[in-house]
Amino acid sequence: MPNPAISVKDLRKSFGDFEAVKGVGFEVDGGEVFGFLGPNGAGKTTTINMLCTLTKPTSGQAEVAGYDVVAAKDDVRRHIGLVFQDPTLDGYLSAEQNLRLHAELYGVEKHLVKPRMEQVLKMVGLWERRGSQVLTYSGGMRRRLEIARGLMHSPRVLFLDEPTIGLDPQTRSSIWGYIRQLQQQEEITIFMTTHYMDEAEFCGRIAIMDGGEIVALDTPAALKEAVGADRLRIETADDERAIGELGERFGLEATVSEGAVSFAVADGEEFVPRLFAEMNVPIKAVSLSRPTLDDVFMSHTGSTIRDAEESSAKNRNRAALQAMGGARR
Amino acid sequence: MSERPEPRAMASTTEPLPAGAGAPAPASPPTVEVRVPPRSWRSEVRAVKIVWHRELIRFQKDRMRIVTSLVQPLLFLFVLGAGLQQLSAASTHGVELKTFIYPGVLCISVMFTAMFSAASIVWDREFGFLREMMVAPVRRSSIVVGKVLGGATVASFQGLILLALAWAVHVPYSLTLVVGVFALQLLLAFSITAFGVMIAARITQIQSFMGVMQMIVTPMFFISGALFPSGDLPNWLAVLNRLDPITYAVTPMRTLIFNHLDISAEANKVLNPPITWFGWEVPIALQIFTVFALGMIMLGIAIVEFNAGD
Ligand SMILES: Nc1ncnc2c1ncn2[C@@H]1O[C@H](COP(=O)(O)OP(=O)(O)O)[C@@H](O)[C@H]1O
Ligand SMILES: [Mg+2]
Repeated sequence: MPNPAISVKDLRKSFGDFEAVKGVGFEVDGGEVFGFLGPNGAGKTTTINMLCTLTKPTSGQAEVAGYDVVAAKDDVRRHIGLVFQDPTLDGYLSAEQNLRLHAELYGVEKHLVKPRMEQVLKMVGLWERRGSQVLTYSGGMRRRLEIARGLMHSPRVLFLDEPTIGLDPQTRSSIWGYIRQLQQQEEITIFMTTHYMDEAEFCGRIAIMDGGEIVALDTPAALKEAVGADRLRIETADDERAIGELGERFGLEATVSEGAVSFAVADGEEFVPRLFAEMNVPIKAVSLSRPTLDDVFMSHTGSTIRDAEESSAKNRNRAALQAMGGARR
Repeated sequence: MSERPEPRAMASTTEPLPAGAGAPAPASPPTVEVRVPPRSWRSEVRAVKIVWHRELIRFQKDRMRIVTSLVQPLLFLFVLGAGLQQLSAASTHGVELKTFIYPGVLCISVMFTAMFSAASIVWDREFGFLREMMVAPVRRSSIVVGKVLGGATVASFQGLILLALAWAVHVPYSLTLVVGVFALQLLLAFSITAFGVMIAARITQIQSFMGVMQMIVTPMFFISGALFPSGDLPNWLAVLNRLDPITYAVTPMRTLIFNHLDISAEANKVLNPPITWFGWEVPIALQIFTVFALGMIMLGIAIVEFNAGD
């Protein structure tokens, strides 16, 4: 395994005059589970598409498994596995036929097709159902099959674009189970995107992406550490006054969300007693939480991931309208 | 669609974390390492073959399509053929109308099936499967060639079903007839599929695609003389008829079938007149070559188009 498994320098992609990826750079080591976290429209899929040679970068450089994604497309393709955000199975074929087709397209040695298929299908728990048409599969089963297919040719790097989106919690956690198992069994690097905060926690390192840029990159623990502050939520008799008092006495900026006053403060545990001692507004309840990736996202972008999604949805609608104007996609 | 989780999946989903640690990893089979070889002509051939094979598998599973695409040619043959028989009896020199239009109907059936075959590439795009093929470490031309050959094969199988009806229109069987008809059908199917795939590179919506295909293929079919002899046509129609590529598939097909019929020279002259360019009689071989050459050109354009796309 060449090290690093993925190396990216100042990668950019523009669609017309809209810059979807604005110069990202990072390296992923062999064997790592690396996550891209960001709201819809952040540019995660566009980045993945460039790394797996589906989209040509506007500028910048990227190497995957030691090969340049523009100059050595075929070599990159031989060494990567892909699970797209949108399904790409042939529903009319059986699971087995889908995998065989994949093995043929990738030129897997004939005598290894069967044993490899058995291994990957058993891993995702679909071996017994291998003969059924994929049309009869549930969403979760299809996603598991796509993962198995992505692994059919023993890729060095597996790209997973939102592998758990829209799945039930049970399937989500089993997909995480496979990722752990893969890490142990095969020499494989995993690059995944997600917009679920809780999942990003499972990655070795994560890059937080927003508006086409990487705003932070580190291990989840280090990122949270760097936020420094804990989050306090208090329920009070008068939220307005509480916010005012917090500002005057402690110089803290608080907001009301979901029926409670919420603010960030360093060393929350030590702050709570002071809060009770010095506030005039009666406090009914208090809860303290360690920084989450939500807070990390907030501290780097100034908005929550959910707000970011809403504003990007507006952008997308505009883009869709423009796209409908043009005849060709 | 209802969720039907596997018992095994249930067992391993309780805990997202360390697989293998506590969870009884159900007798996980040994790791099988495979290797993807660098690209070579052999891998390209394998890719063409599997894409071709997929079309056959899908055709075989799609029984409905086999039946529905028989409706139109059967209507032409037996309803139109029998209905118009009364009007035309005088001018066909004793040849039954359904026998006369049989070669044309063999061509239509192939044309429309080939059109549907080509549409499958649009469906593949819609359902994402095209991407799976496009990111494989093989040339896109292999995918396109496999697709066109697959579509052509499927369409000519469909044509074979109609060939089975030869007895019903009083065309005697012979080996040369069957082989000849199949070869011509394969050729026509290839060219029409190549045409469809070429169009599909640009038109990505299934409705627009079918619309455009109907708009182009239906007039081509009518003008080709599949349903009438191309001898004494009004001038404007004669010109269009000579420009229409389908003419050069229909005429060889009709010649082939008529050669197997026991009909008068007079009837043959009226019903199957030779195609002429400014008075020059175009040899059948050249007609066949024209269809083939057009097919190859369109395949070439389709490959260029698919290579250019993202
Ligand atoms: N083919 C395209 N043409 C125009 N705009 C695009 C295209 N693909 C993506 N975009 C735009 O680029 C931005 C990033 O999209 P994407 O990479 O899909 O984000 P993510 O995967 O993080 O949700 C979005 O605003 C999207 O509308
Ligand atoms: Mg995406």
